[in-house]
Amino acid sequence: MARSRRSRREILQIAGALVGSGMALRLSIRPARATPEMMQDAVRAAIGEAAVKKGRVKLDLPPIVENGNSVPCTVSVESPMTATDYVKAIHVFNEKNPQPNVISVKLGPRAGRAAFSTRIRLADSQTITAIAEMADGTCWSDDIDVIVTLAACIEESIH
Amino acid sequence: MRRTGAIFAALVAAAPVAARAADIPFDQRRSDSEFVSADTRAMQNDDTANPGMLAVLDGETLWNTKAGDSNKSCADCHGDAKVGMKGVATRYPAFAAEFGRPIDLEEQINLSRSTDQKAAPFAFESKDLLALTAYVAYQSRGMPIALQETAKLKPFIEDGRAIFERRQGQLNLSCAQCHDDNWGKTLAGNLIPQAMPTGYPIYRLEWQEVGSLQRRLRNCLSGMRAAPYNFGALSLVELELYLMWRARGLPIEAPAVRP
Amino acid sequence: MPRALIHVPATAKKGETVEIKTLIAHVMETGYRIGVTGAPIPRDIIEDFVCTYNGEEVFRAKLYPAIAANPYITFFTTATASGTLAFSWTDQHGATQVQTAEIKVE
Ligand code: HEC
Ligand code: HEC
Repeated sequence: MARSRRSRREILQIAGALVGSGMALRLSIRPARATPEMMQDAVRAAIGEAAVKKGRVKLDLPPIVENGNSVPCTVSVESPMTATDYVKAIHVFNEKNPQPNVISVKLGPRAGRAAFSTRIRLADSQTITAIAEMADGTCWSDDIDVIVTLAACIEESIH
Repeated sequence: MRRTGAIFAALVAAAPVAARAADIPFDQRRSDSEFVSADTRAMQNDDTANPGMLAVLDGETLWNTKAGDSNKSCADCHGDAKVGMKGVATRYPAFAAEFGRPIDLEEQINLSRSTDQKAAPFAFESKDLLALTAYVAYQSRGMPIALQETAKLKPFIEDGRAIFERRQGQLNLSCAQCHDDNWGKTLAGNLIPQAMPTGYPIYRLEWQEVGSLQRRLRNCLSGMRAAPYNFGALSLVELELYLMWRARGLPIEAPAVRP
Repeated sequence: MPRALIHVPATAKKGETVEIKTLIAHVMETGYRIGVTGAPIPRDIIEDFVCTYNGEEVFRAKLYPAIAANPYITFFTTATASGTLAFSWTDQHGATQVQTAEIKVE
């Protein structure tokens, strides 16, 4: 069998065509933008009128998302988690999935560490926000913008 | 969803002039796990985080459940799967004398279910068939794929190779163009893997569930705008057979996690 | 009954912070997808997850459709005494599944 390597030009053509199709499958993290109203309403429903300060919360999402159906998400909060100084609740919101809430967790001093992980869906590029409510009533937050695009080689219809 | 079409359609304009693909040198073959993100790999390698393990557990329950006119469970005839099914998945698809052609692991489980257990066979891609297959394949985790090019299998492996290397579909692409010639290169931010099917059935994030190699291959074919063969079609099994033979020696990782 | 996978360390020192991992089989159908027939696929999600430690609630989560299929949740708790951790998942129809794990505290 006569076999030959494909030329470099051909490889570039294949790659170039795909990149040119605008279907880059990358998620990158940029500084946050303002969040839409629906998300603000959901935030108020969760924490009331408390002022939200930036800091003490760390929201972690991977630098590259291979599929928006399942994105690892970890939130951790700086707190001694003592009987009087602890994190009461952590809420995660998104601005563009059809619903602004992602997950809300309640914890207390017995947690030992104010952190949790889950896997979330990201239908589109958007801002994700995490807000922690402390025992003293203060609220702290972190947010990041994520960019999600699409995968290759998938099914034509939903099963 | 139209997105598959959009990605692959972009290739039409670039369809290169036909040339035969070169096989991947034996010592450069790698599991597709090495082409996925660290997060996806971590999800696969932690049994408490890998949703494919839920299918393995379901399979274990089915393995021990009596069914059919024989009123026997798989375990009644095969004993402990950890012993009886160890290494089995490394040799499939295997030649089945009954049919005069190779059958894959799903088909073998269904064959045993209908002829030995005397129960109604499971549908392709049914939850139960995938669960049993995941459970059986899991018993071979870490063992090298041991497919032999026997005289009986050889013509089918050759057919599988021909399908892999043939340009097909409206986009006039071959599998080999991507997986033999361009693996490791980035395609729209996506690393092209070698298509070594070490981890089937897989938990695929895109599907949000466990699925078979046949389902995965049908996805690739429709992405290429080629008619996907029906589940169980000989061509699909030949393609599976060629891919498994091509991956011989690489360890089984079922249930793998893929994007 | 959906299948669940729980990881709790079998033993821990008193006062130690331990990590707990949970995974349950569930479609978490958002209610926003359109099926092959053109009709929307009805919403079907787990809404509440609770962990109790010897009867006392130590962690609770409210889940929304943005949680991925087969919900995976990991969190921490302080090992206080030997006993039972109970995990419960309740879906939108009110059906609850409970699973337990033992921990030995030295
Ligand atoms: C009545 C007994 C009986 C029952 C029940 C039964 N099998 Fe089998 N099975 C056999 C026999 C006999 C063979 C062929 C000889 C062999 O390879 O062990 C076989 C072969 C197989 C093989 C191929 C083994 C190989 O080495 O290639 C698999 C896989 C298998 N069975 C899976 C199952 C599963 C899964 C179930 C339950 C759904 C099941 N069997 C139920 C008797 C049984
Ligand atoms: C345009 C390039 C391209 C073509 C043509 C193509 N594939 Fe793929 N294939 C990919 C990419 C990229 C992935 C990995 C990303 C993904 O899952 O979508 C992949 C994934 C796979 C996998 C999954 C590997 C695993 O570990 O799960 C298999 C198997 C596969 N392809 C086989 C084939 C076969 C067989 C054909 C021909 C019928 C084919 N591919 C055609 C690009 C291609």
